[in-house]
Amino acid sequence: MRYILSRFGFYLIALWGSLTINFLLPRLAPGDPASTMMERMGGQMTPAQLNELRVLYGVSTHTSLLHQYGAYLAGLAHGNLGISTSYFPTPVSTVIASAIWWTLLLGSIALILGFTIGVSLGVLVAWRRATPVDSIVTPSSVFLASVPYFWLATAAVFLFGIKLGWFPVSHSYNIEQVPSFSWSFISDAAYHAILPAATIIAVSIGNWLIVMRSTMISVLSEDYITMATAKGLSPLRIALSYGARNALLPVVTSGGIAVGFIVSGALLTEIVFSYSGVGYLLYTAVESLDYPLIQGLLVIITIGVLAANLLVDLVYVLLDPRVRRP
Amino acid sequence: MTRPLSVLRRFVLAGYTRLTASRKAVFGALVILCLILVALLAPLISPGNSQAVVGPENLPPSAAHLLGTSGQGNDVFAQLVWGTRNSLAVGFVTGVAIAFVGVAIGLSAAFFGGWIDNLLTLLMNIFLVIPGLPLLVVMAAFLPRSTWSVIFVLAIAGWAGSARVIRAQALSVVRRDYVAAATVVGERPLRIIVSEVLPNLSSLIATVLFGAIGYGIGALAALQFLGLGNLSTVSWGTILYWAQSDSSLLQGTWWQFIPAGVLLTLACTATSMLNFAIDEITNPRLRTTRDRVNFMVRLARRRREQPHAA
Repeated sequence: MRYILSRFGFYLIALWGSLTINFLLPRLAPGDPASTMMERMGGQMTPAQLNELRVLYGVSTHTSLLHQYGAYLAGLAHGNLGISTSYFPTPVSTVIASAIWWTLLLGSIALILGFTIGVSLGVLVAWRRATPVDSIVTPSSVFLASVPYFWLATAAVFLFGIKLGWFPVSHSYNIEQVPSFSWSFISDAAYHAILPAATIIAVSIGNWLIVMRSTMISVLSEDYITMATAKGLSPLRIALSYGARNALLPVVTSGGIAVGFIVSGALLTEIVFSYSGVGYLLYTAVESLDYPLIQGLLVIITIGVLAANLLVDLVYVLLDPRVRRP
Repeated sequence: MTRPLSVLRRFVLAGYTRLTASRKAVFGALVILCLILVALLAPLISPGNSQAVVGPENLPPSAAHLLGTSGQGNDVFAQLVWGTRNSLAVGFVTGVAIAFVGVAIGLSAAFFGGWIDNLLTLLMNIFLVIPGLPLLVVMAAFLPRSTWSVIFVLAIAGWAGSARVIRAQALSVVRRDYVAAATVVGERPLRIIVSEVLPNLSSLIATVLFGAIGYGIGALAALQFLGLGNLSTVSWGTILYWAQSDSSLLQGTWWQFIPAGVLLTLACTATSMLNFAIDEITNPRLRTTRDRVNFMVRLARRRREQPHAA
C-alpha cells in the first residue's frame, strides 16, 4: 500500500510539473502567441483584435502571473481547456474528445499485440537460444526497432497502401460511412486500423523481445529451473510457468516508459496516415497555430501517459508479492 | 594523482587500438565519417543553392538530376547533400549540449548527495515520464522557429536520460577511496570533480555523447517532419516534410522520401553502434562476453533511458 501511495504521489508531482511547464511556456517564450499570429497574417490586425486574441490565449498582460496560474489550474480542475481557435467556437475539450478514442483504439491494439507478440517471441528465442530462430528473429527485430517511426510508416503506406493497394492509405474510416455501432462501420474502422497499428507493432516488438529474452535467459539459469527439469516436468511447463512467469516482472517494469514510447510512435504514425486521432489533431493544431488546442493536447496526453504508468505499477503489485509487504 | 591530460592521451591511444578491432565501431565510425565528409564537402559535391528551383516538379531520377526533383522543383540530390550538413550540425550541437547538461546535473546529484540529489533525481524522473514528443512539439510551437531554439528544445526534452546514467555511475565513483582521500586532504569540490571523478567517467560520457547525437538527429527529423523548427533550412527532416505535404506518397515519387529516410536510419544506427562499441571496449565486464546479447540488452536499456528518440 505504501508503495502504491508513493508512486501515486510521484505521478501527481510529475503531473503538476508538466502542467506548470505547459502554463509557463507561452508566457516565457519571447513574444507572445498573439503577436506571432499577427506576424503570420502579415500584420493585418487591429490592436483591438490583437488584444482579443491575447485574452483568448490567456496571455493578457492585465492580470498578474500568479493570478493567471490560479485561474489556469482552476480551469483545468473543471475540465476547461479553453476555446480552440481553429474550430472556433468549439471548446478544446470537445475537439479532443472526438479524437481521443481513435488514439486509444490504435494505441491499445498496438500495446497489447506488440507486448504479446514481443514477449512470446522473447520466450521462444531465449528457449531456443543460439539456434537459427534466435539468430534470425533477434537481429531483425532490433533493426526494425532502430528505424525512425514516421519513416517506417511512410514506407508502409507507400508499399502496402499505394504500390500493392492492400490497405487504405489515410483516415480512420471511410468518409462515406456514418460512425455508428453497425458491423459495416466497425469492420471498416478495423480495416483502416490494420496498417497503422502494424507499423507501431513492428517497431515496438523489438524492445519487448530484447528485454524478455535477456531476463528469460538469466531466469533459465536459476536453480529452480534445474530442479523442475530434474522432476521431469514437460519443457513447455518449465518454459512458461517457471521461466516466463518470473521473467515477466522486469518486462512489466519497463512497460511504463514503453507506453510513452508508443504514444510518441502513435502520434507520428497518425500524422503519416492522416488518422483522425490526437496525433493528427496536434499536427493540424500546429499548422493552424491553434495554441489553446496544442496546450490542451499536451495536458491530455500527459495525463494519459501518467495514468498508464500508474496502471503498470498496479499490475506490478499484483504480479510480484514482494512489493506488497508493508 | 595523474594529470587529466595524460589520462586523456592514454584513453585515446588505448581506445584507438581497441576501437579498430571492433567491427561495430568500424562500421559506425565509417558511416559517420562518410556523412561528415559529405557535410563538409557539400559546396564541392553540389555547388549552388539547394533551394533553387532547377526544373519541373516531380521529375524521376536522371543524369541531370541524380535523384530527380522534388514537388517544388528542387534537385533532391542537392537537398540531401546540404541536408546532411544541417542534420549533422544540429545533431552534434544537441548531443554536446545534452552530454554537458547530463554531466553537470548527474555529477552534482551524485557528488553533493542529500537533498540536492533527491531534488535532481525527482526532476530527472519527472522529465523521463513526461511524454517526450508532445513536449517537444509544444515547446517548438511556442518558441521562434530558429535553429537555436530547436536545439534548446531538444536539449530540454532529452537531458534527463543521460543525467540519470551519469548519476548512477558517478555515485559509485564518488564512493571510492581516492575521492575520500582527496576530500580529507582538503581539496576543493570543483578540483575533486574535475581531476578525480571526471576522468573515471570519460568512457561513459563518450557513450552518452554518441547516444545524444543519435537522439538529436532523430528527434530533429521528427520535429521537422511535423513542420516545426526552421523550415527555411534544408535537412533530412524538412525533405521528408515537403515530401509529405506535397503528397509524394500518393504520386509514387519514391525518390523524394526513400533516400532521406535511408540516410536518417543509417546515421541513427551508426551512432548507436559507436555508442555500444565504446561501452563494450571501456567496460571490462562486457568485453569478456563476446555475445550478441549484450548489444541487444544495451540497445533496449538505452531505448528505455532515452524514450524520446523517435
